[in-house]
Formats: sequence, structure tokens, C-alpha cells
Amino acid sequence: MSTATHPAAHFELEPRTGPGIEQLLEISMGPQHPSTHGVFRMNVVLDGERVVRLKPVFGYLHRNHEKIAESETYLGSMPYTDRLDYICPLTNNWAYALAVEKLAGIQVPERAEYLRVITGELTRLQNHACLIGFLMQDMGASGTPLMYAFRQREIILDLFEALTGARMMCNYMRFGGCRVDLPAGWLDQAKRVVADFPRFMDEYERLLVSNEILMDRTQDVGVLSKELAVSAGISGPMARASGVDYDIRKVDRYSIYDRFNFRVPLGSHGDVYDRFMVRILEMRESVGILQQAMRDIPEGPIVDPKTKIRGFRPKPGEAYGRIEAPKGELGFYLVSDGSPNPYRYRVRPPSLVNLTVLEDLCLGRNVADIVVILGSIDIVLGEVDR
Amino acid sequence: MVGEGILKGLAETARNFFGSYVSKDRLTTVQYPEQREPQIEATRDFPFLVYDGADWQQGLRCVACQICEKECPPKCIFIEKSKDKKPDAFGKSQFYPAIFNIDISVCMSCQICVEVCPFDAIKMDVDYHQSTDDRFGGLLFNKQRLAKSNEYYNAIHPTEAAAVDAQRAEELAKLEAKAKAAAEAKAAAEATLAQKAPAQPAAGEQQ
Amino acid sequence: MNLETVKSEIEANVPGCRLELVVNPSPSGQHSLLLDAEHASAVAAYLRDAADLRIDFCSNVTGIDWPDKELSQKVKLRKLVDGVEQEVEETRITTVPGSLEVVYHLYSVEKKHGPLVLRMRTQDRDAGVHLPSLTPIWRSAELQEREIFDLFGVVFDGHPDLRRLLMWDEFQDHPMRRDYRDPDDYEYEPTAHDEVLQRAQQHLSQANTAQLSEAEGR
Repeated sequence: MSTATHPAAHFELEPRTGPGIEQLLEISMGPQHPSTHGVFRMNVVLDGERVVRLKPVFGYLHRNHEKIAESETYLGSMPYTDRLDYICPLTNNWAYALAVEKLAGIQVPERAEYLRVITGELTRLQNHACLIGFLMQDMGASGTPLMYAFRQREIILDLFEALTGARMMCNYMRFGGCRVDLPAGWLDQAKRVVADFPRFMDEYERLLVSNEILMDRTQDVGVLSKELAVSAGISGPMARASGVDYDIRKVDRYSIYDRFNFRVPLGSHGDVYDRFMVRILEMRESVGILQQAMRDIPEGPIVDPKTKIRGFRPKPGEAYGRIEAPKGELGFYLVSDGSPNPYRYRVRPPSLVNLTVLEDLCLGRNVADIVVILGSIDIVLGEVDR
Repeated sequence: MVGEGILKGLAETARNFFGSYVSKDRLTTVQYPEQREPQIEATRDFPFLVYDGADWQQGLRCVACQICEKECPPKCIFIEKSKDKKPDAFGKSQFYPAIFNIDISVCMSCQICVEVCPFDAIKMDVDYHQSTDDRFGGLLFNKQRLAKSNEYYNAIHPTEAAAVDAQRAEELAKLEAKAKAAAEAKAAAEATLAQKAPAQPAAGEQQ
Repeated sequence: MNLETVKSEIEANVPGCRLELVVNPSPSGQHSLLLDAEHASAVAAYLRDAADLRIDFCSNVTGIDWPDKELSQKVKLRKLVDGVEQEVEETRITTVPGSLEVVYHLYSVEKKHGPLVLRMRTQDRDAGVHLPSLTPIWRSAELQEREIFDLFGVVFDGHPDLRRLLMWDEFQDHPMRRDYRDPDDYEYEPTAHDEVLQRAQQHLSQANTAQLSEAEGR
């Protein structure tokens, strides 16, 4: 039905002429590849082992999330947000709930805010555990660091299951609070898990941080400059590793983050090693936030008593709400026309925007570095393609 | 020394390996399916319909209000209302579902149907062993397959079911108290009427 | 960051630009500035480089489809009916042309303020769908504008590499538009029902149809 007549440029890998053309090798990394973190494809032109050109191809996990949301109610989209960045379902829920609360002007009670912070920071812990495990796996440390990280992640997922009913796909946040209150004994169990976490961090650091292979493969690889990071919209630990001092928890001070005392780790080189270390340091900061939150959580209602589960119709208007998700800036843009379904529902995916600079980081490096650089960007295809 | 970092790492790995013979939290593999983890109480897999009592058709709590069908995000619930009515646990005459199908190949276990049901009729089961080799209907659960007793519900989610039962008992008690009060008021009204009326026939008889 | 002051500042520094303040009625209070396509690049460059604003971070680029709207108006006219002048009520239908809208959410990493919301609208939804690309100013718009080209059909002039992003290159049509009709020869779930079943049945064999009706439990 569209009558737009602009012909879409077709993908042509240049150069096609010139000296040494017969030396160039064009390969397709993906979409089935053990290290591309999902169904992700990169068309790479190589001169021997060096990358001459790299074009990512997206869309293999495109599930039409935004169009589905236009035919679902606002609450009905909440389980779908779980499936965006499927490693961090609770922060996706939180970002969406925040955007809807901005749109409709709903207030969130205190206990619910504390619950959101606790579950959000636990999500950050298990996401970064995933990343540090998978990065080592991609580098060839065949499984051991990954399994150590997953051992801790499983303990956190058990906590999520006890609270929300599911390990992933939690569907926990509601507009105006959280769905269900803490069951008996959950807080004590969570406190034990969080108290135990630094021991795991120490062990992991002893295992890896001064490992010569890791340092050789990651230091000065994929260096991202501060200016390019800001211009390309890079957010989250990837930007902070390049020295960009921007943490949405500190800047926007959404929810109750201004009550907690935590530092924001910054890197100075912007290479893969810095991105790795920034995430390890962020895990330690998250442990601190969790201990403060679990100490101070008040009693009270967990959801705004005026919210409606059914028949929720925000007034016409629009809102953009964003949070510091473990991967970067996750934002939801909602346009309402007064009906129970959103008119336009947009997810601002941190993984997709962080991939803008993939080619810039990989040019001139070896093929082996592509995998390491891609791993350090921390993408989840569910979010890139939605 | 070159390789020091790697050696330190290997020391960690050795500590984990030998430690797994000694401490439980280093040996985390559960040898499924011979070993199973105990069920975490709040876990949710697919929905089921609750019935009270022994007869699954008579005691089915669902009144075919179709709210869960409307609110289900992937639209996996299909309900057809009955033409007749039957009394529910509170004595009120309600419709019941003639057809209640859930396609669990579509269901994403989001639990929204449970949240919006006003009659505590649909709850989340914990049984995930639903794989079948029937491509064209093996995963389409009909009303009979979905109906499970309230005792089963109490067994799988004790705290939640106890709260629901307490609430229903309270409601039933309130209704009974109201009915009792109405019956007493009616009896009192009849008594006062009967006091006035017998004077006439008695007088008439005497005559 | 007061939008009124920003608007007057831009108007003072970018000559000829036509800005409009679009009020956002929701409690979020995120009002936006509607730019004209001619001066959008100049406005964006000014916003990025101005010393007090330093809007260097383009966070989100969104496309919105506003289809053509038909407004019917009842108008009273004096007309000749059967030779006699009478007052007649007529329904006049006017078509308000729709457009495709692109919304930019901008922040400043240096000054830590935001969001500043900019909008651009195309002339119509057919041939006049060209808008200037802001990728040369904020690199983060690169992939997001490609996505809007893919899913809505807005052509961004000046974009370094305008190709489809999520759909495959040979795909026709723009899926996120409101008048997009999805194809009916896709693979259905085993329990297709109602209109999905009817549309899919044209592509099904008889044998499969029999199995499906059985499986529906009716």
C-alpha cells in the first residue's frame, strides 16, 4: 500500500575494484554463530586477517514488538517487555512502568520504589555476571569462568522465582508499583545472597583480572574515544569505560536513587578491558546499593491504590521515560490518544544504538578481535531487533 | 614472572574443583531428572481452572465472564458461554463455560488472567512437563484437562490458596449472615402479621 | 531547560527557521518543538554547538504515522431544490492529509540537562516523504533513522547509508504504517481460528483443514 518510491539502497560491499581486490575475503559471521550473542550477522571484508569493512545485518529476531503493542492494552504489553532484553526482564518492566507513570502522572509508593531498586540492582548483578562470563567464553576460556558466573546468577534467579513466579519473564512491575509483595523469608534470603556476593567477586577477580591472556586480548582492543561515544549515543557501561561521566541514576535521579550512596566507575582507555573492569566495579557498587536498600525498606502498600488493572486509559499526550538499564539507556516513548491501547509505542534499545560504532571499533583489527569487541558491547538480540 | 596471572587463575580453579568434594555450594549441578530441585512456592507455568468439591463440572468456579479472554495478551484463551445457568458456591445463579480452551503453545505464563479474574477461578499451575508429539492439538487444553481441584491448588501454592480460601469463607459467612438476618426479619414480620390475623377467624369460629 | 527560552534562542541564532511549540497535554510535561525541514540541520547544529545548550547526545529517534483523517462537517446551505430555494443540510467531507512524523529526544551529556524534544513532519505519506537526516550532527541517529526508513518509509536526505534495517533488503512496503496489511500466507500456529483461519485456509490443503477443525475441540 505504500507509494514511497525511493529505492532502498542495496547492500554492496565495496571495494569491488582496485589493486589487491583478489586478496580481499568477504565472510558472513552469523546469524548462526556461537559468539554473536544471538542471531546477529556481520558481513566482514577481510584483508588476510585484518578487517577492512564490517557491516552488521539486523532483523533476524525482529518480532514486531512495537506493532503488537499498538493492539494490546498498556498492561498487556508488560509481559512483552520482559522479552526485549531477556537477560534483564525486571529493568525492562521498570522502564516501561516509568514511562507509563510519566504519561499518566501516577505516583509510586515508597515500599514499591525500594522493591524496584532491589530487584533492579539484582538484575544488574546477574546481567553483569552473564557478561563477564560470556566474554571469557568468547575468548576461549571454555566454560569455566562462565559457569562460575552462572552459579551466582542461578542463586539470584531463584530469588526472582520466589518473588515473581518466574526466573526470567518476571512481569513484576505494574503502573504505580509492583505486582506482589515480598513473601516471608525473602528479604533474609536476599540479604544472605548479597552478603555472599563479594566473595564471588573476589574469587572471580583472582581468577581473571591479572590473567595475561585476557590482558593481551583485551587491552588496547576496540578503543572508543569519548567524543565518538557521546556523538554515537553510546550509553551505559560502554560509555563510562570511555570516560563519559553519565549515569542516568545520577543524572535523572529517577525513583529513589538519590537516597543511596554509590560511586560510578569510569574507565580511561575505552578499550575492551576497561569495559570489562567497569562492569566488575559496577557489580560491587550494586552490592552496596542493595545492602542500603534492604536495610532501609519501609512497610506500606506496594501499589498506588488508585491504579486500575483493567480499563486503564491515560489521557492523550506523550511521554519518554528512561532508566539506566544494565546495558545502557533503556527508554520507552509512548504516545496516547486516550484509548486503552497506545497510539505509538517505541522502545529505545541500548544494544542497537551501542552497535552504531561496531564498524569503527573493528576496523584494522583481526577477526578474532571482532568477537571480543562484540562481546564487550554487551548486546542482546531481543533488544536490538525487538 | 610471566604467566603469574594464569597460575593464580589455575589456583582458583583448583580450589573450586577440590572444594566441590568438600562444600555443597561448590557442587551446584542438580542431576536432573534423577534429582529435582524442590518447587519454589510462587512458581508459575500454565493456567488451570479451580473447582470446589468433588464434581469438576458442578464445582467449577469459572462463570464465563470472559475477562481473562479479553485481557490475555497473546489471546490464547477461547471461551464459549453456556446457554443455561447453574448455582455457584455462594448460591448465585451463574453462567458457566461450555467451552474453555487454552492453547499453551501460545500461552506465555504472564499470569495476567489470574490477576484479572474476579472469581478466583483460574490460577497458575506448576506442571511444566507438557511436551507432546501431537502437533495439532496436543497443546490445546480443554476444560476437562484444565479443571483441577481446590485441594490440588492448596497443595501447590499453600500460602496463596489459604488466603483465597479465607477470603471466600469470609464472603460466604457474610452472605449467610445476611441471609440469616433477612430470614429472621421475615419471620419476625410474619409473626407480627400472624398475631393480628388470628383474632378474626377465632372470633368468626366462635360465632 | 525552559522550552520557550530555547525556542527564542534558536530563532535568534538560526535565521529564517520556523519553529512551533507543540504542547504536550499529558502530566509528563515534555513539550516539543516542531521544526521545518529546510532549517532542521542548521537548528540541530546550533543546538549541538551552542555554549549554553551543548546538546550532544541524541537519545531516541522515533517515527509516528498519522494517517489521513476524514472530517465530516454538516453545513447548512441555501440551494435550489425543485425550483424552490430552501435551506438544505449537507455533509461536507474534508480530508486532512496525514504525515509521517519523526521525533528526536535529545540530552546533553556535558551539561546534564534534557530532554529536549524536536519533531519534523513530512508533507504527506506518498511522494513527499523526504526529511533532512540529522545523522551528520548526531551519529546515534544513524541506525534509528534507518529503522524509520525501513518501517515507515521516511526518506532521510543526507544519511550516509540509507538501507532497510530490520526487514530484508528486497522487502516492499513499510510495516509500521497504520494501513499495513500483513500477508496471509505465513506459517500459522496449529490452532488458527476465526479470520486467521479463514485467510490461511486459501493456502492450506483439505487434509490439514480437517485436522484443524478436529483440534479446535468443537
